Amino acid sequence: MGEAKKETEVEQVSEYRQELIELREILLANVVMAAEIPSPTFHEEGVVKFLFNRFNEAGLNNVSIDEAGNATGFIPGTVGERNILVAAHVDKIWEKKEDHTISVSADSMQGRGVADNSLGVAVLATLPIILEKLDIELESNLILLGNTCSFGRGDLAGMRFFLENTKVGIDSALCLEGTQLGRLSYSSMGMARGEIEVSVGEEPDVLQMDRSSAIGSLNKIINSILAIERPEKPRTAILLGSVEAGSGYNVPPTTGRLRFEIRSESADVVARVQGEIQDIVEECRAMDQCEASLAILAQRSPGDIGFDHPLVRKARETLSELGIKTKIAPSVSELSALLDKKIPALTLGLTKGDNRHAKNESILIEPVFDGLAQLVSLLKFMDSSFDPTDEK
Amino acid sequence: MSSTTKIISDWLSTNTYHHSDFWDVEKLVEAKEKSGQSISLCIPTLNEEKTIGKEIIIFKSELMDRYPLVDEIAVIDSGSKDKTLEVAASYGADTYLSADILPEEGFKPGKGENLWKAIHQLKGDIICYVDADITNIHARFVTGLVAPLIYRPEVHYVKAFYDRPLAFSEGVRPSGGGRVTEILVRPLFSLFFPELTAMVQPLSGEYAVRREVLEEIPFPIGYGVETSHLIDVYQKWGLSAFAQTDLDSRVHRNQATTDLGKMAFGILQSFLNRLESLGMVTDLPQMETIFRQFQVEGKTYEQVLKEIVEEERPPMNTIPAYLKSRGRG
Repeated sequence: MGEAKKETEVEQVSEYRQELIELREILLANVVMAAEIPSPTFHEEGVVKFLFNRFNEAGLNNVSIDEAGNATGFIPGTVGERNILVAAHVDKIWEKKEDHTISVSADSMQGRGVADNSLGVAVLATLPIILEKLDIELESNLILLGNTCSFGRGDLAGMRFFLENTKVGIDSALCLEGTQLGRLSYSSMGMARGEIEVSVGEEPDVLQMDRSSAIGSLNKIINSILAIERPEKPRTAILLGSVEAGSGYNVPPTTGRLRFEIRSESADVVARVQGEIQDIVEECRAMDQCEASLAILAQRSPGDIGFDHPLVRKARETLSELGIKTKIAPSVSELSALLDKKIPALTLGLTKGDNRHAKNESILIEPVFDGLAQLVSLLKFMDSSFDPTDEK
Repeated sequence: MSSTTKIISDWLSTNTYHHSDFWDVEKLVEAKEKSGQSISLCIPTLNEEKTIGKEIIIFKSELMDRYPLVDEIAVIDSGSKDKTLEVAASYGADTYLSADILPEEGFKPGKGENLWKAIHQLKGDIICYVDADITNIHARFVTGLVAPLIYRPEVHYVKAFYDRPLAFSEGVRPSGGGRVTEILVRPLFSLFFPELTAMVQPLSGEYAVRREVLEEIPFPIGYGVETSHLIDVYQKWGLSAFAQTDLDSRVHRNQATTDLGKMAFGILQSFLNRLESLGMVTDLPQMETIFRQFQVEGKTYEQVLKEIVEEERPPMNTIPAYLKSRGRG
């Protein structure tokens, strides 16, 4: 790239950033509102309605809530030959009964779900105003999607429904996540998400607890899983996410549950490890004379548009222009559904934050404007310069 | 049906609203512009850094940037030791120290002082007061209060109430019918000003008032400001000058019973003073200003003394600097 052109682009990104600061209160109000509406997976109606109203207020076309509960809005392009999708998942990990109050200081916001993914939802809600503020009219059609059922058993149901049923061919896409700024996901890992349930049938003898309680059986299963061979290449991990069993100090539990994910760059390795875990569960059933079952709740295929893909290259350049270090991070979220459909796509983080998925989850306000400048810069690139079929 | 009961019933049916009656903010802005009135939002503060930022963000976004309903958002502070003013200013509020407004009148610590000085400092024809400690803040806290003033010229004073208690944990709760209201103010109103019992929540800190009313009434600087307002406005303009709006739930920090005792002591002082000045009671003895509570440690009972003096600011239209600033001096 010529020095003069590069300088112009750096100046433009910087100008976007500066102009967008004027929208700070509008954006942050949207973060507060999106965050304070409970939105557990499968019960996202409140946040979807919020997005629906914002899209209508902004005068978007075809504003609707589809059968999967997704909120969608359409901004027609001046040419309209291409279609760009910008998506943010609307579900949070928190149950409705939790306190969703957000607190705001001069430089940060804190509260359940503020990063994942209230900021993403808020940016989606504010995007029409952002483009208007910057006087940007895209040649391409822009489709805004607040997709449901991203987490856990949701298994990307909202995004999958949209991609299966949309009548619009998506040429490229961006997925918005609250954190971390600099994150660049252009590949999806192979993944299998599972639950193992153990039941010992009746309340065990307290003196035999270590051998016959659900905790004892789960413990053996966990030890066996941790002993499974995991290759360094292709990179592979088994994540033990949660263990549930028992309710006190002195009553041996009769049931227990382990939640886990297998992640690998290779679909074959995911399948092999999944098979080994199935064997472990069956062995437990036979040896401990307990009821043990494995349920696979979600699966992803590995996908990758490549480090040298023009979209990835542009994203890296933009981050560099903003002085932000790029952190490559494979994704197991919406991106994988898009890559499954061979749609060039990225997942972007919008700001810096801490304590993700904790009740004191927080985001920094100032870096959000870097995230927005990055988003706008990429949208303009996807609109005018980028041929989705050009992979190198 | 007694005449008082009928008056209250009629008033409830015509002058009690739900905030959803005014959901169309665009229409409200049109009506406001047509009426030529301006609106100031005043948030009195003292050490509210935890909640003030969110309030300013929501009000500025929803009621200035998106819909130009409010002409100014001002925080009037009693001397916070935390970052209340810094946070408020960073999100675009105008911030003032109460002591810096009308300095020739001196400074008295108390929320009522801030509300009174706002009349001088702010420009609006309507001033809407909203407390700073609301954690479930929403634009309805303003739209629901100013709308009756915009749509109905005969209404002068609109009070908030919160009528849908929900279950909350972690030390916060909706105020519902507050304890001081139900065991002090409502019985007093029933005895002396029965028509004022129509106000569901006479002590709520959220209300919108026309300037010509605000400048004519005195302001107790402490706990008695809301009760005194109701009595004074009622005496001058009658029940029909009031309206009230249900703003659903209001979530804030719960107050300890001992703090409510202090509040009740201050309100009672103001109330009795009002009765005396209106000639409704005579020969009141000199009232004590020390509120006495007790705490116990082991078998030792200890007195906890707190001096509470309900001082009062005179009507703003008697202050020369105010009259001058309004071109009437």
